[in-house]
Amino acid sequence: MKNEFQVIADLIEKDKKVLDVGCADGTLMKFLKDNKNINIRGLEISKEKVQECIAKGLTVIEGNAEKDLKQFPDKSFDYVVLSQTLQAFLNPELVLDELLRVGKKAIVTIPNFGYWKVRFHLLFKGTMPITKTLPDEWYNTQNLHMCTIKDFFHFIKSKDIKIFKSLALNNLNKSTINQSNLGVKNLFADLGIFLIEK
Amino acid sequence: MNTEKNIKTLIVKKPLKLDCGKTIKDFPIAYETYGSLNSKKDNAILVFHALTGDQFVTGINPSTNKEGWWSYAVGPDKAIDTNKYFVICSNVIGGCMGSYGPSHKDHDQKIFGTNFPVITINDMVNAQYNLLDHFGIDKLFSITGGSMGGMQVLQFISNFPDKSKTVIPIATTSSHSAQNIAFNELGRQAITADSNWKDGNYTSNDTNPGKGLAVARMAAHITYLSKKGLQEKFGRKLQEREDLKFGFDADFQIESYLRYQGSVFVDRFDANSYLYITRAMDYFDLAKQFNGNLSEAFINTNAKFFIISFTSDWLYPTQENKDIVIALNSIGADVGFVEIESDKGHDSFLLDVPNFLSALKNFLDKSYEEN
Repeated sequence: MKNEFQVIADLIEKDKKVLDVGCADGTLMKFLKDNKNINIRGLEISKEKVQECIAKGLTVIEGNAEKDLKQFPDKSFDYVVLSQTLQAFLNPELVLDELLRVGKKAIVTIPNFGYWKVRFHLLFKGTMPITKTLPDEWYNTQNLHMCTIKDFFHFIKSKDIKIFKSLALNNLNKSTINQSNLGVKNLFADLGIFLIEK
Repeated sequence: MNTEKNIKTLIVKKPLKLDCGKTIKDFPIAYETYGSLNSKKDNAILVFHALTGDQFVTGINPSTNKEGWWSYAVGPDKAIDTNKYFVICSNVIGGCMGSYGPSHKDHDQKIFGTNFPVITINDMVNAQYNLLDHFGIDKLFSITGGSMGGMQVLQFISNFPDKSKTVIPIATTSSHSAQNIAFNELGRQAITADSNWKDGNYTSNDTNPGKGLAVARMAAHITYLSKKGLQEKFGRKLQEREDLKFGFDADFQIESYLRYQGSVFVDRFDANSYLYITRAMDYFDLAKQFNGNLSEAFINTNAKFFIISFTSDWLYPTQENKDIVIALNSIGADVGFVEIESDKGHDSFLLDVPNFLSALKNFLDKSYEEN
């Protein structure tokens, strides 16, 4: 399991009710179910991935977060997880609002466009960056709204969303992001992980 | 039609009050089982059949000598694995394969015909509930069925919320739409317009409204297929001829196919049963039973739901299946949903659609492991 999932799992206490939005093949769901006795549900747009989840015995709903989150009642999950998908929505702000409506808390991770390798790639090669977390070409990427850790940090502050934890991840190194080290983390972290509440 | 031989029957002694107000008692329910009930009696699956189905789910149907209607899904090592599970299916009341229906006789030994009480999906499941007592099953492992079978699944878990661990409605709806009712009415009109129908008393008049019933079946059959599926299978291909004949014989293969479907259906199905069962489907509106709030139908159950629809099903389209998912999510129920890609239309659930069969198998087997 990738390190990102381990960090997310560490943020969630045992026996909680969790919705994994864009749960893919259910790796994180399965881990949470087996190791933390989590009552877990998934929402996934890909038919193939939904089948993989069913084969793992996971409860998953085929659907699109932009249309299908609205069926869940307010605060019906302890946590709603969105891993590296926010940038792929037509309207990320709306999805973020929905995550925070459905979940008492939300865990959102974003691939950091401010990462030095991304900046380096654009600065010296002059082409759209391709990294481990951004593996696709500009013409076939799912990503529509890339942002940096700094962008996201400012964005949630501006929306009066409470940040419980903000973590920077670079390979296996996990560190805390705060107002004073934001610039540095924005340069050296590949991924930002935010535990938030509205 | 019903040959009486090879038909297992349970006589229900307990009176059953029907939605129409009448009460029936000492009535037969014809059923069949596959696999064996384990000692803990926790491996039973109750399968509900669709409009023209019967209790002979899989293997050779003794009345038609053809494969059972769900042979792709049910059997040893199949999606519903009869090595593992005990499968029960019964003919719905109103039907014509041994369960109490319009071809049965009343107290005066007169065939009911249209004097048989109008029955509903609710009446069907209340009648079938008696099978649990008969087999001494306290809680089923699963209930499943497609189309009208799915309607029965929804009604069953609403009526008996703690009687099944898992619930699998397939290609169905919680409420028959105007279009659904319209197609059923077309079928009923075809039957009653046949002069051999004789106000439903065709058996005592030694006639059979076969033409009308065949037309009903032909019209319905079109609704079970998709436009793309029909086009790919038949297109404008001609039937055993080089060119158009400028007449009204079956020039096209699709015409010949539909005529064949109509003719074989007449041999195995009763016209009055067709009227009664389509009526039951039209009357089905689960939300209406709960003042318009479908979620209320499921508020008392902890069962695990898995809902399946098909992309090319325009009779019970994905959105109608999703409405059930939405109703369940809004009360925090445990519900999974998948829409299977298939161009085989509504009939997909009866056919060899690998992604459907594997999803069904995985859901059942994984849920059973957690038992």
